[in-house]
Amino acid sequence: MRSSSFFHRRRRKFSSPQGRNQNLHRALRILSVVSPKLMENKGVLMTCPMSSYLEEQLQKRFRLLKLWDSQMKADFLKQNSQLISAVVGNTVLGADSELIDSLPNLEIVSSYSVGLDKIDLVKCKERGIRVTNTPDVLTDDVADLAIGLALATLRKISVADGFLRNGLWKNSDFGLTTKFSGKSVGIIGLGRIGSAIAKRAKAFGCPIGYHSRSRKPNANYKYYSSVIDLAANCQILVVACALTDETRHIVNREVIDALGPKGILINIGRGPHVDEPELVSALVEGRLGGAGLDVYENEPEIPEKLFQLQNVVLLSHVGSDTVETCKAMADLVLANLEAHFLGKPLLTPVV
Amino acid sequence: MDSNSIGVLMTCPMSPPYLEQELDRRYRLLRFWKFPQKSELLKPHSQEIRAVVGNATIGANAELIDALPKLEIVSSYSVGLDKIDLAKCKERGIKVTYTPDLITDDAADLGIALILAVLRKICGCDLFVRRGLWKNGDFQLTSKFTGKSVGIIGLGRIGTAIAKRAEAFDCPISYYSRSEKADTNYKYYPSVIDLASNCQILVVACSLTPETRHIINREVIDALGPKGVLINIGRGPHVDEAELVSALVEGRLGGAGLDVFENEPEAPEELFGLDNVVLLPHVGSGTIETRTAMADLVLGNLEAHFLNKPLLTPVV
Repeated sequence: MRSSSFFHRRRRKFSSPQGRNQNLHRALRILSVVSPKLMENKGVLMTCPMSSYLEEQLQKRFRLLKLWDSQMKADFLKQNSQLISAVVGNTVLGADSELIDSLPNLEIVSSYSVGLDKIDLVKCKERGIRVTNTPDVLTDDVADLAIGLALATLRKISVADGFLRNGLWKNSDFGLTTKFSGKSVGIIGLGRIGSAIAKRAKAFGCPIGYHSRSRKPNANYKYYSSVIDLAANCQILVVACALTDETRHIVNREVIDALGPKGILINIGRGPHVDEPELVSALVEGRLGGAGLDVYENEPEIPEKLFQLQNVVLLSHVGSDTVETCKAMADLVLANLEAHFLGKPLLTPVV
Repeated sequence: MDSNSIGVLMTCPMSPPYLEQELDRRYRLLRFWKFPQKSELLKPHSQEIRAVVGNATIGANAELIDALPKLEIVSSYSVGLDKIDLAKCKERGIKVTYTPDLITDDAADLGIALILAVLRKICGCDLFVRRGLWKNGDFQLTSKFTGKSVGIIGLGRIGTAIAKRAEAFDCPISYYSRSEKADTNYKYYPSVIDLASNCQILVVACSLTPETRHIINREVIDALGPKGVLINIGRGPHVDEAELVSALVEGRLGGAGLDVFENEPEAPEELFGLDNVVLLPHVGSGTIETRTAMADLVLGNLEAHFLNKPLLTPVV
């Protein structure tokens, strides 16, 4: 029989960020022992292709329905609506009001993402539908990419690689670029991802400033109560907040002007965080120094005017697209679904 | 003393133009590259030239030093000294200065930039987007950086700066150097092969000497293996380039980020088609901020010398 002090020590150990990950791994191990057959009649609707590993596992454990299999989505949903107890969505296609309304037996939405902007959370709350996401497991990858984008933009890594592969080094040296270490970094949103970015940037000697809805008492960084003030006082502005109605176009013309011709913008949040036409004209006209972008307003469309510029780096929403993280995200989606259907506590509930 | 009469020989064009402009303003500047027949330059001017400003491309070799009987100082616009015949300078009592520390941050930043660019395929993805391929499907999954073990060859200023940055990505750090460092918490390996067997990302950050030539050879590459990544921000000759190329082409090494090559500006074309390598044209310290600071240090050392003041950054 374990003493209460033993449990107390274990609880303390699991409350740190490392501890929370350990907790998840422990739960995953327990749940993976559950026989797949218990849940094979539970209908799970996957909204779009997102991970072949996740698809395989869902197929093995549940009755998987793929929304993209059918050309006539409305009919498909009508025919199968009674069967569906769970939806697995992502940042491309989540669970909007219309979808939720069409599924009378929906119990849980398990999102293969940390962002929740594609889920009608209000409706879910109303209907008593549980919602889970994949926090923590993708924090590092997204933070790594923010730093990778800043370095690639300032040091023109992709341009220099292309210069060499196209044989231009034989004729001349590559031009000078600009230093990253020591530049001031301003972060919009100091949540898990924003904090992880700050921790990394600090190691490069970058002074850190941030803006968020309210000052964070435990952060040693300088707080700015407005995004414009933050932009006016940093050289590298990073968007790392959640997308909500309030943060749509949080980076607008005024903020871009405040950042200025020597400033660079890094967006690893969501396309709609930035007024894209304003961003494009600022870059084309030289009113903004550069940009590293992983997200856009109308993915996979990207403003082609940016393709000619050497002071931008353009990625295709790959923030958390590593083999390691995708597997961890998929495992978390599966573990949340299994926990729900077994009547156990959800691992990462939002609602 | 009129400094405009002091002959200073600049060995090759260096960017930004600031250094050449300042040397021209302060001294009687002679530009080595304007004379296709080098001996043509040196004969009439050899008595005038009291200083040489060289860099990592063209320094001051024995031949040049011998041709300049009045040479008093070589002020190098670089931190690497492999292009200067130090022994000859010592013999002749010629002072040598360089630009240490200034490039530390840029070189370390580039090391991390290369790691991220290789693991996350940043250049490949940027090209994918610009070629309009995103409309047809997503880019491939790549490999996580945070938490991977980093092994550093050479724990000097640059190696230490790389370690400090990689630690912020929760990477366990280990190193190899000629002797174990007392004041560090990182794990020491007494051989490069041991280091390579025990890390996923191997970074070359030591100086180039006869002992460290080809310090990365076939055995080390094999020890690093098909999931390992090599980052070279040292000098091309640190790596047996032919072995590296075949290992990458055959998939025996996972990837590489290279800023330096054995025969610059030549780079092995067999690598150009690979998406697990990033190839840079020796841009290690090529930022405006650092080059300007380096230029100021070159100028400051020359000024100190001609005013008989202590040199700012002499090579000991």
